[in-house]
Amino acid sequence: MEKIKVKNVFKIFGPNPQKIIPLIEKGKSKEEILKETGHGVGVNNANFAVEQGEIFVVMGLSGSGKSTLIRCLNRLIEPTAGEILIDGENIVGCDKDTLLQIRRKKMAMVFQNFALFPHYTVGENVAYGLEVQGEDLETRHKKAYEALELVGLKGYEESYPDQLSGGMQQRVGLARALATDPDILLMDEAFSALDPLIRKEMQDELLVLQARMQKTIIFITHDLDEALKLGDRIAIMKDGVIVQIGTPEEILTHPADDYVRDFVQDVNRVKVLTASAIMKKPDAVVSRKDGNKVAIRKMQEAGISSIFVTDKERHIRGIITIDDAMALLKKGEHSFESIINTEVPTTSPDTSIVDLLPIAVDTKYPIVVVDDDKKMLGIIVRVSVLSGILGEEE
Amino acid sequence: MDKLQIGIYFEALIEWLTNNLEPVFEGLRTGILALIEGFEAFLLFIPSYVLIAILVVLAWKIAGKSIAIFTAVGLLLIDLMWLWPQTMQTLSLVLTSTVIALLMGIPLGIWMSQHDVVDNVTRPILDFMQTMPAFVYLIPAVIFFDLGEVPGAVATVIFAMPPVVRLTNLGIRQVPEDVIEAARSYGATRKQMLIRVQLPLAMSTILAGVNQTIMLALSMVVISAMIGAGGLGEEVLRGVTQMEIGKGFEGGIAVVILAMVLDRITQSLGNTGKTK
Repeated sequence: MEKIKVKNVFKIFGPNPQKIIPLIEKGKSKEEILKETGHGVGVNNANFAVEQGEIFVVMGLSGSGKSTLIRCLNRLIEPTAGEILIDGENIVGCDKDTLLQIRRKKMAMVFQNFALFPHYTVGENVAYGLEVQGEDLETRHKKAYEALELVGLKGYEESYPDQLSGGMQQRVGLARALATDPDILLMDEAFSALDPLIRKEMQDELLVLQARMQKTIIFITHDLDEALKLGDRIAIMKDGVIVQIGTPEEILTHPADDYVRDFVQDVNRVKVLTASAIMKKPDAVVSRKDGNKVAIRKMQEAGISSIFVTDKERHIRGIITIDDAMALLKKGEHSFESIINTEVPTTSPDTSIVDLLPIAVDTKYPIVVVDDDKKMLGIIVRVSVLSGILGEEE
Repeated sequence: MDKLQIGIYFEALIEWLTNNLEPVFEGLRTGILALIEGFEAFLLFIPSYVLIAILVVLAWKIAGKSIAIFTAVGLLLIDLMWLWPQTMQTLSLVLTSTVIALLMGIPLGIWMSQHDVVDNVTRPILDFMQTMPAFVYLIPAVIFFDLGEVPGAVATVIFAMPPVVRLTNLGIRQVPEDVIEAARSYGATRKQMLIRVQLPLAMSTILAGVNQTIMLALSMVVISAMIGAGGLGEEVLRGVTQMEIGKGFEGGIAVVILAMVLDRITQSLGNTGKTK
């Protein structure tokens, strides 16, 4: 079933947008129009349909018009021309009340910079859509609680957004969108502001949630990896024009033009897959002030034979192995200072996999990914270097 | 070329207003006077030490210990200088002017924030109100409202209202665009947006405007005294005109103390609004 259908949608910015459409139809480019008339072309003749339950990713670089396009879908930006059908009903030109009802019941939006209300608690933020609808307090509490549970933030109802990390804030943003139980989720670069690891985690969780809820999701991103991971189908935008729509396979194997090919080429080359893409959170770390026994227990709990030592700021200090630690235990020493091996292989997050290979071959420990301040971002198990090269996810 | 005489049109306008709108002015006069006298009667009904105690507790709760101590010492000093009744008279005038200025100014500021046209029209009027020397409208005010506290209050409202209008407008316009967008995307109406999102987020800025308005109202005390508004202004004025330097100084000190107490308390009000 077609949930959303977008037909010949244009968005022109400027004083006389209607006059520009004939120029576009004559084949003038975005630059020419800007130079000659001072009008900006945001979206140029967009056409696509999204099926119920589908994740439809719109991908493009900044300035490609993807954020304008998604805002046309709930008319945060008024399209200049064209039709947008939601469940067969054209929402372009519908009256104010109908539009309000559609925004309240049918769609919800998640924003790049979270856009949470700083003066509301997390619970109130999540219940915002319901508050606007005039739901009573009890219903609001109940549904907000359910939505927060769904995104794994149970117990944070009374916190304020600025007390949470970025990842948690975006969970609140997602919960706020889910609380009204809309059919359609509009996600505008929803994970782009998050750290790579948190981002990956959120992508995985979105897929898990989606498997359960079967919403229709329009997801905007500038990141091809994200598009390929999430999208059932992907639309690639350039200068306001949708240049190709297809499944990830179709996009990878049959790019429509050079622009798409350039994008996709990068994916095929192992060179662009970087350390940050294949790193994971370490199973456990010990801090320097922890004793030997703590280190041993942590290794046993995580089922690993060596453990990284960090300081309070997560700067990497070295690694200790279970064998050394056990030997130390027999001697009855509490501090593991003497057995720390400081020769730990490290790398930066944007090192390509190809360059990681020699390091992986040389070491018997996982490789630590550190930032410029030598702070630990994640680790790469040696096996994942190989699977990364072979193009296997995880 | 002949001298361009804009002044005569202004005179004609004042004369027309005086002749035709007298019942309106009379009504306003009665209302404003009732407000001022109400405040005054209330403030003077409470014994000075009780009121000082109340204000100190208030300062403590809102602005902390050091401001509370300052309030106590300052107000006691006023009482010991035997300037308490005059201070309360001045405070009544300031409170009345502030209440009127806020009742008109905050809605006007909100209106400006919602419509650019209103904003553009109002701005020059506000400039006018703030920069036109007060004496210029003091005389018409006396013609409309007679001598006494009422024209003083009216002149004070004209002079003190612009900051709260401007800062209300500014505060609402400064609410981050992404938050507005989020509220819109969830189907908030304009009214819902204003009450639950824009006003709360603009509150600390609006309170800064309230603070400014109170301060400006206090700065009009001496000028209002020239048309018989009484209070501390009269003390200062008498000091100046009769060369009683000491007396003028005492009145001046009382004004400063009152200003600082009101300023610190209202300022902290704005800051506590900012943290949450």
